[in-house]
Amino acid sequence: MTAGFARVLHAEWTKFTTVRAWVTGTVTAALMLVLFALLAGISSDQKGSPPVPTGPGGEPVADSFYFVHRPLTGNGSITVSVSALDSSIPEGPGELRPGTVPWAKAGLIIRRSTRQGSPYAAIMTTGSHGVRMQDSYVNDTAGPPGPASARSVRRLRLDRAGDTITGYTSADGTHWTTVGTTHVSGLGPTPQAGLFVASPPVADGMGTAGTVSTSVFGDLRVRGAGGRWTGDQVGAGSPSFAGYPAGRSGSYTESDGLFTVTGAGDIAPAVRDTLPAGGTLGDILTGTFAALVAVIVVGALFVTTEYRTNLIRTTLAAAPKRTHVLMAKAIVLGGVTFAAGLTGTLVAGPLGEHLARANGVYIFPVTSSTGLRVALGTAALLATASVLALSAGTILRHGAGAVTAVTVAVVLPYLLTVIPFVPASTANRLTRVTPAAAFAVQQTLVPHHQVTGNYTPYNGYWPLPPWAGFAVLAGYTAVSLSAAAVLLRRRDA
Amino acid sequence: MTRALHAEWTKLRTVPGPLWLLLGAVAATVALSAGAASVVRCTSAGCGGDLTGVSLVGVRLGQAPVAVLAVLVITGEYGSGMIRTTLTAVPRRAAVLAAKAVILTGAVAVTGTVAVLGSLLAGRAILPGAGGDLTDGAVAGPVLHLVLIALLGLGIATAVRDSATGIGIVLGLLYVVPLLSLAVGDPHWQRVLRRIAPMSAGLGPPLSPWAGLGATAGWAAAALLAGGLLLCGRDA
Repeated sequence: MTAGFARVLHAEWTKFTTVRAWVTGTVTAALMLVLFALLAGISSDQKGSPPVPTGPGGEPVADSFYFVHRPLTGNGSITVSVSALDSSIPEGPGELRPGTVPWAKAGLIIRRSTRQGSPYAAIMTTGSHGVRMQDSYVNDTAGPPGPASARSVRRLRLDRAGDTITGYTSADGTHWTTVGTTHVSGLGPTPQAGLFVASPPVADGMGTAGTVSTSVFGDLRVRGAGGRWTGDQVGAGSPSFAGYPAGRSGSYTESDGLFTVTGAGDIAPAVRDTLPAGGTLGDILTGTFAALVAVIVVGALFVTTEYRTNLIRTTLAAAPKRTHVLMAKAIVLGGVTFAAGLTGTLVAGPLGEHLARANGVYIFPVTSSTGLRVALGTAALLATASVLALSAGTILRHGAGAVTAVTVAVVLPYLLTVIPFVPASTANRLTRVTPAAAFAVQQTLVPHHQVTGNYTPYNGYWPLPPWAGFAVLAGYTAVSLSAAAVLLRRRDA
Repeated sequence: MTRALHAEWTKLRTVPGPLWLLLGAVAATVALSAGAASVVRCTSAGCGGDLTGVSLVGVRLGQAPVAVLAVLVITGEYGSGMIRTTLTAVPRRAAVLAAKAVILTGAVAVTGTVAVLGSLLAGRAILPGAGGDLTDGAVAGPVLHLVLIALLGLGIATAVRDSATGIGIVLGLLYVVPLLSLAVGDPHWQRVLRRIAPMSAGLGPPLSPWAGLGATAGWAAAALLAGGLLLCGRDA
């Protein structure tokens, strides 16, 4: 850095810190983050709601299904054939029609107990994803495709040897193929083994609707398990269970060695649709939108005020290298905004989470590295948006125009994605190509291919990875800053 | 008062900015409405949601240039120092603000009617047979919304006397307050926020003709009153 540029930088720093409105605006941005986090934290009261079940990794899970089980001591195996998996989908209030639930599950499971969140391994046929082997809620291995029916009976087998569970499938009962082998720790001395049926909700408009499925099992053979079969609805009152459609319930009947089992729910990681009352770190940081408007105003004013008061002539006379002036302004503005944004986010995030948890609201957990990414990303988002406003102000030389252009470009696309009738594909496209893509830095939820859900920006799932989304905004800012530099050099001030 | 009105009309008419902003408002409204109508998925059961609402999504974008115009009507004078001349010529300051409000209302009402009719017709052309009906409510509601947003912008801008700050506050009220109501968990507070937000009619249920206009009118009246009191009490 040359001494000349250092002087320009110092001049811009002095201008910024001595204009009270700009400092106030930047502090307001940080306060908005904290204020909105406070509001989000105290505005919801879910005290006394049942706890959200968590899996072995601490992640929230759905663990509700109908379970026909008996204890399995020591090693052993369980074999069954599935000849039907029929699902019903709600159609209008109180009406059900037959339909396909892609991730309806019927099969065999070995798990520590009937408590929600128990370690398990399972092999199953599904509505339209073929045979799968799943364990520990998040792991999913694909087996042969195709649904189970009377004409193509699916045979399934689970073998347990210590902590090792192996799943097999066969079409004819003689040739068995291995679907997967997994190590499940914490199965305990007497795990429960048996048949299960689960039927997760299907996407319905902006929300989901509960379904129910019935499966027919035959040829049940068990080695190592004793006692009577018991039928239980696991996780009946769980917050991650939408319940049965009106008038239906879980059950099982046995006659002539055929088990008919009806169930609803899912054994899977919880997504936003599973826990609609839950909150995310991104929800707590809604103040980002208000902070954005504040930093956009400050960014635009940082240059347009010079044009209005004609200070720009003095500035350019003192520093004839005009690009240096713009760079210095961008560095000072970006740096100050980043610091304010980071301070605001680091206070707002933990504060809002603490208040929400104290009110009984479930907040989706984040690792410390994800939390740090959200904080740094939000600060970078605010800083970059303010520099975008600075360059728009330089191009337009007009405060109101610059503020409107940048606010509309960043906030309106997001606002359009929350309109109920905008299709998810349009919402995803809007948040991929517009500067609003940068809000992806606040995503803390993880989509799971084995769970049907509305993976939309409104629900906290962004089409681009966090830093790629940020790069879209950074790209717009880089282009706009270059255009501003060219115009500033060419035009008469 | 007639002279004040004539002066304000001349100021609005003789600079190119307002005309471009109003044309921009029409273009933005119709373009976004047409875009929304073209992405809506239609099934045999219908096109999801209220079709008049689909055809009027563009009002969310079109209100931005309207707000800019409203803010500039007064802050432009503060920026150039013209406000001193204006107040010397018309010493009754309330009359100046009233004249600005009347001229702005007229300009935005005409522009808004063109924009809203254009959106509804575009929606009808893109979604034939299902397009929004041209009832009085479907046209007058959104036009009134635009007029009230303009008055809200005028009031706030008179109070803060700076174009960038003024437009920042107006856009914050229009775009950020509805998002706040989404972040608040408690349904009671959500309802309260939706009812008091100046663009409450724009989120959740599609823009309905009259719902939410009362809140917007309240905001506009409060902003004009605050701006008027400050204008009368402060040194220019």
